[in-house]
Amino acid sequence: MKIIVSVKQVPARDSSLRVNADGKWLDESDLSFEMNEPDAYALEEALQLKEKLDGEVVVISAGPDRAAQTIREALAKGADRAIHIELEDDSTLDALSTARLLAKALESEAPDLILTGLQSDDLGYGQTGVVLAELLGFAHATIVMEVEPLGTTVRVKRELEDGWFQNVVLQLPAVLTIQSGIKKLRYATLMGIKKAKTKEVKTLPAAQLVAGTKAADFEKVYLPQRSKQSQILTGDPKEVAKQLVEKLKFEARVI
Amino acid sequence: MSVLVVLEQNGGKWNRMSFEALAAGKKIAEALGVPLTAAVIGAEALAREAAAYPVEKAFALNHEFLAHYTPDGFTSALEQLIKSTKIIAVVFPHTYQVRDYGPKLATRFGQLFVSDVVDVKTEGSQLTFVRQLFQGKLNANIAATGEPKFVSVQAGAFRAAEASGSAASVEVFTPQLDAAKIRSKPEEPFREAQRSVDLGAAELIVSVGRGIKEKDNLHVVEELAQALGAELAASRPICDNGWLPMERQVGSSGQTVSPKVYFAVGISGAIQHLVGMKGSKMVVAINKDENAPIFETADYGIVGDLFEVVPALVDAIKRAKA
Repeated sequence: MKIIVSVKQVPARDSSLRVNADGKWLDESDLSFEMNEPDAYALEEALQLKEKLDGEVVVISAGPDRAAQTIREALAKGADRAIHIELEDDSTLDALSTARLLAKALESEAPDLILTGLQSDDLGYGQTGVVLAELLGFAHATIVMEVEPLGTTVRVKRELEDGWFQNVVLQLPAVLTIQSGIKKLRYATLMGIKKAKTKEVKTLPAAQLVAGTKAADFEKVYLPQRSKQSQILTGDPKEVAKQLVEKLKFEARVI
Repeated sequence: MSVLVVLEQNGGKWNRMSFEALAAGKKIAEALGVPLTAAVIGAEALAREAAAYPVEKAFALNHEFLAHYTPDGFTSALEQLIKSTKIIAVVFPHTYQVRDYGPKLATRFGQLFVSDVVDVKTEGSQLTFVRQLFQGKLNANIAATGEPKFVSVQAGAFRAAEASGSAASVEVFTPQLDAAKIRSKPEEPFREAQRSVDLGAAELIVSVGRGIKEKDNLHVVEELAQALGAELAASRPICDNGWLPMERQVGSSGQTVSPKVYFAVGISGAIQHLVGMKGSKMVVAINKDENAPIFETADYGIVGDLFEVVPALVDAIKRAKA
């Protein structure tokens, strides 16, 4: 079984976000980056499917130079080779434009499955996988919790709202967007990290794949205005604890 | 030309978010100076109900292949409706189902699906969509180019439109669908085994998020829950990691709760979490990031290190109870 995993490098979760001078994106100079968490789960699922069924796991990522680090991490965890679509340092590329690049780069790959996270933790469009499926003419399912390949089809468990689930059988090839928590994530081993250095990474400049403009641009980014401010209790931990206990006792009446 | 709002139903019951999307659609239609229309897929009776809302026309999309949701069937049906009726903007509620097929539909028209917007700003006929980035920590204004525009609306962002008692016309639209082109077979939806923890009935809930950092630190919040006599709950990542069982998860994919007091400890407050706890009577948030979106929902906030604040709180509660 040949599986493509599409991963994205995003600012680390704890990053404090500062808007840059032109107000259209963040100041990236003090950000660190990591693999988008839902994509890490997609990679894990792909690796486990390969371990069960044999085949190949190919990682693809569209991102600037720094994304090479995330690609190496995926290779160290066990992906066989990688494709790096090199973007001109653009962190705000919309989901449609990203999927167009991925579709073009994957034209000659003919995979059985493409897995990706259900959304990115930065832009959060939550649709790159769905759009990619449409562009490639593949079937798809989103928010997937279990994957069971059945020859020419795949049966997946989808998460619906309010604790409901649904099994769906899809024709292959298919794109699945994976929900976080589907399997326990592995760490890269020392051996894996060593091996990753010898694995193939094909780099494709974005401009050679798809000419043209973005589907949408940010006019500006900004910290949201709070419509309701909470009352912030101030003081050292002891003082705030005391104030809060008053509220619990006399306002909420739960103590 | 019109703005089309796609209303969602499930087994003949409305998804209430549909009427929030209708309110957003109304705002867009007014800005563009065009009529508002609505579409209901696979439930003609509800399309007739939709005609009582402030729309010019309600479309009932009927076909035997639309009785159950499939992305191929729904996409193809709406594609045909949009092409035959000159739609310039299509508005959806941002539901799990819409997340599954909305972007596919927009791609058919070469358009970006502007997902999960929290506001639509209008200046004359100029539309700007506001989306949240980084799980609500940052907002972005987006001007999407081209037509038709495709946009989905976040839960709670608009006040639901109400029936106006109008009697708009209902038009039955029967798309041409080919069984061979529907590539997925859905089975019956199901719930997992009965939950042993019913957080919905809890009066006090201590809920923990990523801020707890490690499983071995959970005792910090367990002690708070114990001191209060509260149920312990968590945001999704904690359950994904297996630190607490899935049945203790609060949010759109977990339980919906409405306790007297909800303690959000180390939870940043992504919308998926907020929808599960916004019915709480009092919300107390403890987070080291003063910009965390949870502080918008909280009545009382403490900006600080939970590993210092929570033990102090446990002490104070014990003393108050003694």
